Amino acid sequence: MNTLYNMKIDVVKVAKLANLPISDKEVAKLEDQLGETLGFVDKLNEIDTSKVEPTQSVAGLENVTRDDEIEPSLSQEEALKNAKDKTNGFFTVKAIFDES
Amino acid sequence: MNLNNLTIKQALDGLKKKEFSSQDLTRSCLERIKNLEQKLNAFVTICEEDALQEAKRADEAIANGVDKPLLGVPFAIKDNFCTKNIKTTASSKLLDNFIPPYDATVVSKLKDAGIVILGKTNMDAWAHGSSTETSDYGTTKNPWDLNNLPGGSSGGSAASIAADETIGSIGSETAGSIRQPASWCGIVGLKPTYGRISRYGVIAMASSLDCPGPLTKSVEDATLVLNVLAGQDKYDATTSPKVVEDYTKNLGNKIEGLKIGVADDYLENAEEEVRQKVEDALKQFEQLGAKIIRIKLFDPRYAIAVYTILQRAEVSSNLARYDGIRFGFGRDKFGDEAKRRIMLGTYVLSAGYYDQYYSKAQKVRTVIIEDFKRAFKEVDVIVGPTAPSTALSIGASKSSSMFGEMMDILVEPSAIAGLPGISISCGFSKGGLPIGMQIIGPQFSESLILNVGYQYEQNTPWHKEKPKI
Repeated sequence: MNTLYNMKIDVVKVAKLANLPISDKEVAKLEDQLGETLGFVDKLNEIDTSKVEPTQSVAGLENVTRDDEIEPSLSQEEALKNAKDKTNGFFTVKAIFDES
Repeated sequence: MNLNNLTIKQALDGLKKKEFSSQDLTRSCLERIKNLEQKLNAFVTICEEDALQEAKRADEAIANGVDKPLLGVPFAIKDNFCTKNIKTTASSKLLDNFIPPYDATVVSKLKDAGIVILGKTNMDAWAHGSSTETSDYGTTKNPWDLNNLPGGSSGGSAASIAADETIGSIGSETAGSIRQPASWCGIVGLKPTYGRISRYGVIAMASSLDCPGPLTKSVEDATLVLNVLAGQDKYDATTSPKVVEDYTKNLGNKIEGLKIGVADDYLENAEEEVRQKVEDALKQFEQLGAKIIRIKLFDPRYAIAVYTILQRAEVSSNLARYDGIRFGFGRDKFGDEAKRRIMLGTYVLSAGYYDQYYSKAQKVRTVIIEDFKRAFKEVDVIVGPTAPSTALSIGASKSSSMFGEMMDILVEPSAIAGLPGISISCGFSKGGLPIGMQIIGPQFSESLILNVGYQYEQNTPWHKEKPKI
């Protein structure tokens, strides 16, 4: 059992946020493993970053744009090629709203 | 002479002089693959029919005097690069049925340059690892010792090069995935500056870190591939507009007066044998006229924490698209490692924790970047061991849920700072396993680190060694 970190991660809640199916058996294992990782990254608190700006990207680029012109791209058929369910040239997904 | 043993340079020379054909080269590689794959498992998909057809077309083009930089040369491509009409899985069963409708920019550039695609190489699933053991298609073995791992995540590419199953290969690195398997397999691995090569069409791991790059038999080969791949891409807004130079131009430059920085912190994180061989390499550099300067670098252990948070956060975001609707199977097909990383990433980005973890990691990232900038005011390049050890045995990656990040301690800082790094062989352990040394430079200094690597390589015997597989 991880002793470095006192806070327990709410694994069930995080799994819901991450849209990941996890079994009851996995919950305890993940609690331990994620706790171990968090304990490790705690090390960062040793560094004073009060006067430091976060780095968003090392590329050093800003506002990379292109003209708003239509160019050749995937055909509808190509885009649908790997889909599990298709209907009339659309991706089929689970219903969000009830019909009532 | 077995044609599959050739380097890219030798293959191009031989094709030009009509000593052999692209079909000869391709058949030789396919033969080698056929003989070894049961033992080695470096490939997920082998494209025998298509490769022979591409080779035939290449031979016709050569006969017609067509001149392309890699015309007729067989390549192996890591399975996280989208290849049109060729199954692409990122070594995960979740994508077992995925056939990309387009080529990654790296792939289309290589095709334009005339390569023959032998197949797609094995990797850690989703590039989540430093062993290739987390692949859903079985682990790849190390050609130098089949009981050992090849490293990862570009383990299949590295093994296929070391075992001469191919002439050239492509991999990718987020933090170590090119350099570390190159060092464990005794070959050359180049991670370019972030943004030097397009990530378009690469199955994303961590978008602020991912870098495609070559794994090759020689430093010169790496320059030939970099010449083809480098450059701004309109499909990847993070690619650099910096002009692409001819990376072969400066290979022959002498390195007298070159200032090489060495950090004790890095050496101390390596095993005795590895440390010794790197120290020997430093003496070799001195004989070539370079000056060794001991420098202090930011403790690499902090880089592990920074990398763990940033990478896992970005992974959780990038892997959100795999919902089984537009492609692939459902999220229940994710393996344990992927689930772990997605969970940790989701957590550190969630409400109430973002500042404590992700924002903090981005600030320490700035500290690491500034630390390297300061160091490069004193020295031209930094040299150190690539990995803390030689290739570990099969099963080693299961020892800790942080295995990958711990293995990559020596490459994470430069990856976080977006710097280019090359790993080349600097000797062998008592057990006959390759030891790798890395040369790191400032952003866009590929020419310099390739030059330094080439000078070392040409003055040492290691690159001529082959595994007895």
